[in-house]
Amino acid sequence: MGAVVDSGSERPAPLDVPAKRVIVARSSRGDRIFRGIVSAGALSSLVLLGLIAVFLIVRSGEIFGRFGLDFIFSSDWTAGAEADGSDSTFGVWAMLIGTIIVSLIAVVVALPLAVGAALFIEFYLPERLRSAVRMLVDISAAVPSVVYGLWAVSIFSGAASSWGELLHKFAGWFPLFGVENEQYDRSPFVAGLVLAIMITPIITSVSREVFSRTPPDLVNASYALGGSRWGAIRNVVLPYGSSGVVGGTMLGLGRALGETVAVYLVLNLVFKPNFRILESQGGNVASLIATKFGEASQYEIKALLAAGFVLFVLTMVVNMAATYIVQKKSPLES
Amino acid sequence: MSDTALAPTPAPIRPWKVTPRMVAPQLGLAFGGAVAAMAVVLATGLAGFDGWLVVFVPISIIGTLLLSRSKGAVASVDAIVGNGIVTVAGISFYPIVSLLWTVISQGLDALLNWNFVSSDMRISGPDDELNMGGALHALVGTLMMVSIAAVITLPLGVLTAVYVTEVRGKLRTLVRFIIQSMSGVPSIVAGLFIYSTVVMGMNKFSGLAGGLALAILMLPTVARTAEEVLKLVPDDLRSASYALGAPQWRTTLFVVLPTVRSGIVTSGILGVARIAGETAPLLLTASYFTATTFSPTEGPVASLPMFTFGLLQSGTEYSFARAWACSLLLLLAVFVLFTIARALSGRDKR
Amino acid sequence: MTDVKGHEVTKMVETQEAVAVSSRQKAGLEARGIHAWFDKHHALEDVNLFFPENTVTGLIGPSGCGKSTFLRILNRMHEFIPKAAMAGEVLLHDGDIYDPSVNPAEIRLKIGMVFQKPNPFPAMTIAENVVAGVKLAKLKVASRDEVIEECLTRAGLWKEVKDRLGAKGGSLSGGQQQRLCIARALAVNPEVLLMDEPCSALDPGSTLRIEETIGELSKTMTIIIVTHNMQQAARVSDYCAFFLADGGPGHLVESGLTSQMFTTPTDKRTEDYVQGRFG
Repeated sequence: MGAVVDSGSERPAPLDVPAKRVIVARSSRGDRIFRGIVSAGALSSLVLLGLIAVFLIVRSGEIFGRFGLDFIFSSDWTAGAEADGSDSTFGVWAMLIGTIIVSLIAVVVALPLAVGAALFIEFYLPERLRSAVRMLVDISAAVPSVVYGLWAVSIFSGAASSWGELLHKFAGWFPLFGVENEQYDRSPFVAGLVLAIMITPIITSVSREVFSRTPPDLVNASYALGGSRWGAIRNVVLPYGSSGVVGGTMLGLGRALGETVAVYLVLNLVFKPNFRILESQGGNVASLIATKFGEASQYEIKALLAAGFVLFVLTMVVNMAATYIVQKKSPLES
Repeated sequence: MSDTALAPTPAPIRPWKVTPRMVAPQLGLAFGGAVAAMAVVLATGLAGFDGWLVVFVPISIIGTLLLSRSKGAVASVDAIVGNGIVTVAGISFYPIVSLLWTVISQGLDALLNWNFVSSDMRISGPDDELNMGGALHALVGTLMMVSIAAVITLPLGVLTAVYVTEVRGKLRTLVRFIIQSMSGVPSIVAGLFIYSTVVMGMNKFSGLAGGLALAILMLPTVARTAEEVLKLVPDDLRSASYALGAPQWRTTLFVVLPTVRSGIVTSGILGVARIAGETAPLLLTASYFTATTFSPTEGPVASLPMFTFGLLQSGTEYSFARAWACSLLLLLAVFVLFTIARALSGRDKR
Repeated sequence: MTDVKGHEVTKMVETQEAVAVSSRQKAGLEARGIHAWFDKHHALEDVNLFFPENTVTGLIGPSGCGKSTFLRILNRMHEFIPKAAMAGEVLLHDGDIYDPSVNPAEIRLKIGMVFQKPNPFPAMTIAENVVAGVKLAKLKVASRDEVIEECLTRAGLWKEVKDRLGAKGGSLSGGQQQRLCIARALAVNPEVLLMDEPCSALDPGSTLRIEETIGELSKTMTIIIVTHNMQQAARVSDYCAFFLADGGPGHLVESGLTSQMFTTPTDKRTEDYVQGRFG
């Protein structure tokens, strides 16, 4: 063969290609120990998550064994006096439905508020105020839920129930907004709004971060074509940041699904599936656990552990879906 | 060039700057709208801020439409959407401003009594006057449990991050995925887990159990923040170290980690800020105790969030004042932690 | 004497002189006494340039001499940089584009821009990218498809993409993306097209295609192009302006017919630069 072979012309005979060498990098003893320690540390987190699932299911196995799918699909929660639980019935259906309704209300309300706030911070707020407001949002994302609960109970829930009343007055024909009893406090609507307020900063914070990373090239291109600020946001910023917004929303949804204390304080738990969101009765698995835990018998505690397991699975599914969506939609490469 | 060189340099101007004159109509609209909305609220009996908002928003939209009408369709849409975004942002900031304001104004009542941070509730009840009893037991308990959580989580979190970014072990995708999922574990589930293991095992509530439950919640925050920080270390640095013949463990310990020292500390601080106010897991693990205890293994331990939660349920005037003061303490802690984290986060860059 | 394109040759120098000499030529765009600052830093000093209609002017000079800043001042993109300031005026049809009564978005419609790095909108298809400006500015067009075909043809890209107009803009090669960006800029019918080193990220083949496109376009529009590449300036431009920042703010050293600038420059520094002795 010739000395230099053009990639486009004839190729050298296969014989000329040597076998690939296998590169063996023997690591030093120090490195092997180091990797061992690090791997052990990292894998312990794996084991931990596995243990959570295993322990919850082992300790509550008796409940799942006895009630089977009825534990999930029935709504009766009666703790009897017998120690062996023979006169008890447990089912989380109403609580599960309630959890989902309350969380959906929260996300539906919080998402537009958060996206608006994120756009405001990154594109409308004067530069010198920006970092202070960013910090305000980050802090509100870290305000403990018991503080939100306190504020909700003493300041917010009164206003929220009057909004519920108004909503019923003007849109009561819509099945979701109908009521049987004229009582509007401690309803899924109120709890959903409180949760919305809690998760808005979380979604805002994540969305703001991705919006601020929009490539300036693209924003410039939009302006150079005679586009307005809104034009740049709609054509460039929102498409670019959508996966981040979805990720932030899922994070918020996860928090809403598992929220205990704030919901406990503003929601009236009733063991009956309720789709009329303005009515003063709802459900939430996490606050069920908090409510019943104090006076529960050994047998009921097993049922609460089972409820915890159901909640665990629900949030895991949402989280994994979120991770999947974000990865699939993720960065628009240019 | 040479003949113009002597000409005086003109003053820099910014012709695109928005002048007060240009925003005057907007401000006039906002002010006029606000007053008009107020008048409507007073006249019709719509209630409070929400009623006012309901009147103000349509006024502001119509006004903006009229003001921008002469500038063409694009400018009109831009102005209206801009108006909407500002309004939505205002609505979304309102609750947090209201919350901060109430916590500060109501919390100072009890907090301004020295005994609030120097005594506990052993001999006082939640409805006692504010010059009796305090939150010392809760402060001590929170510090104890947060410390336990931090001591466990920091090394584990950093090891996890190092595994993902430096060692790049075979399971790193799985580990990242698990950490990601763990950040979504509801706090009450973490509490149930520790209850079903530690509490049932020891047959009593304890500070140790509380700290462990908090650690589960703290781990993902620390691991993920530390991972983000380690990813920022340029590969050149690692290559340079390897090229000098350093083994991986030396490269990691003496080159990579020291460059991001403050970032690692930040990850710990953010983790603490995440857990310091958690109530639900402590409800099932540490429970509550009225006296100050320093032992993590001997029975229930108080904490700020649990104290607040209990006070809230008593529902009297003084118990609420105490609850607000506890909330203020928690918010102060979060604020201080964030300020430190922010001061540190600038440090590692160059 | 006439240049390659048959324009009446006029030496294009500082404006005062230019106005007198080139009174027979219509202005495509004119810059008077332009200064630029970034915060306290004085980046550009007293630039006067006259761009005759339907010609190509190359802005040349070493990095950091202020030529890109100058270009961004010409269509009000300068103001997006925080703390930027300027002085002087830019005249389009005798009107100052910095006049407070002027809507900057409309100016950017009339004075289009192509950037250094190809930046098609990644979430849009090729066709959507071309008409993105039409949509952004809510312009009325008789037929969207005709605009797409016409602009892609003028940008020299039609033949390559006509069968996959629905593909994402990001799926094209770098050179094709840049021509897509040119088509996108053309779709809103600008009178002036600014190009900021449009070929610096491209291979020689794509560069050639874009230079051909520039030649075609200059029959109907005024083009101002910033380039680092002397050969490119010599190939595509009718006029050249040489910027330099020797220590102080960037300023205009010399400007005139490209042929003269490359053969008989009046300033020693221009001669050194075009012959590649520095920069």
